[in-house]
Amino acid sequence: MKFDVNSGFLYGIVAVVITFVILQSVVFLVKAWKRGKELGMGMKLLRKTVGSSAIFTIAPAVAILLGVIVLSKALGLPLPWLRLSVIGALTYETTAADLAAQAVGTSIDQTITDPKIYTTIAWVMTLGIVPGLVLVPALGKKIENGLVKIRTKDQKWGEIFLAGLFLGMISAFLGVVFAHVHEGWTGWIPVFVMLSAAVLMGLCGLMRRLFHAKWIDDYALPLSLLGGMALSIPITSLVNAIAL
Amino acid sequence: MKLERSYRDGVHFMGRIWMLSALAMMLAIPAAICLYYNAWPPINGVLKGFLSVAPIFWTVGVIEVFTYVPMLGTGGSYLGFVTGNLSNLKVPCALNAMERANVHAGSEEGEVISTIAIATSSIITTLIIALGVLLLTQIRPFLESEVLQPAFENILPALFGALAVVYVSKNWKIAFTPMLFMIVLFLCVPSLASSVGVLVPVGALIAIGAARILYKKGIL
Repeated sequence: MKFDVNSGFLYGIVAVVITFVILQSVVFLVKAWKRGKELGMGMKLLRKTVGSSAIFTIAPAVAILLGVIVLSKALGLPLPWLRLSVIGALTYETTAADLAAQAVGTSIDQTITDPKIYTTIAWVMTLGIVPGLVLVPALGKKIENGLVKIRTKDQKWGEIFLAGLFLGMISAFLGVVFAHVHEGWTGWIPVFVMLSAAVLMGLCGLMRRLFHAKWIDDYALPLSLLGGMALSIPITSLVNAIAL
Repeated sequence: MKLERSYRDGVHFMGRIWMLSALAMMLAIPAAICLYYNAWPPINGVLKGFLSVAPIFWTVGVIEVFTYVPMLGTGGSYLGFVTGNLSNLKVPCALNAMERANVHAGSEEGEVISTIAIATSSIITTLIIALGVLLLTQIRPFLESEVLQPAFENILPALFGALAVVYVSKNWKIAFTPMLFMIVLFLCVPSLASSVGVLVPVGALIAIGAARILYKKGIL
């Protein structure tokens, strides 16, 4: 069989994977929805959650699509498509593919034409993401029981503990924004973008208070995210002009 | 209480089946490609490649389980860990949805909202990627245009900048120490940027440690 990174066979595999992901998402959505109704959560709240989550997802999903396009130059469309639709992460896949290609003496700057190199990359990318799939079924319930124990012992501390977890993650991703500052003016671009998005989020809060615009709560995060991304364009031009 | 247990047990049972099926499917994909093209990779190539990704990605994978499972809840975790893109999409999406719905992670209501948010996000992401691939020739010049590149390069600073306003303003006493630590750390050791995933639990431990001290002193 002649190898082609964009063969119909590989697209067939993508179709199976996408069907799987959509099916699992629908099954979990329906189960949670039913449970929400049992708990007396209003339909309006559940619908609003669907709407705001869908809107919030658009910008990051387009960035993921861009990742698919970048990887498609070396691996064709099907493999990056399926990897970024299931389990994979934008930050992981490019690095994994690159390291795997280097291990067999090539790079992802060019289209992979040797099926053995292609399958090597596919295996390395697959084996790299195994822990989550094994550990969540094995340890998920134990982690959850541990949390229940903390909450039962001291409800307030349980909530503070979870807030600490959130803030730990947010701190790490905020801190990393400063990692390029040593590069000079251009290294400050992510910091300025972060601050712009934060200011926009603050403005949304202010508008909500001043104009009693409760609706803005549902769109504040996607608006600030998109606004921050949009502002990064003039910020980059301005900083580059200053740096020159 | 009985209902809650049975719902969560049901989700665990269902989640394990889906997750192990996903694992089998993911392993079957490269195997099927090898069989179809009769192109088995050299073992030493796979091993070499695997050894270069495993130290970081397996570590991050293990850390993500312990950090994100408590945030996402039962259903959200089984779904989020299968559909991927956790830190750049699913976790912020679930946190934002719970915040908007005024429910707490770990509660029954939080569990429902988190699962609905992640399921919606997974469906939308899958559809956008599929649509994008189908319309690739038309949208490629737009997505790859030089003007737009800063926007895509700065998605994480924009996302976490906005998210921080919500969480830091509500919990600034807890947030101060881990934020200061992380900013100083990345300023002093910029090369750690590629291992940010490994530093998430470090930030969490510092935040929880600082919170414990403040809580014991009655400041929280």
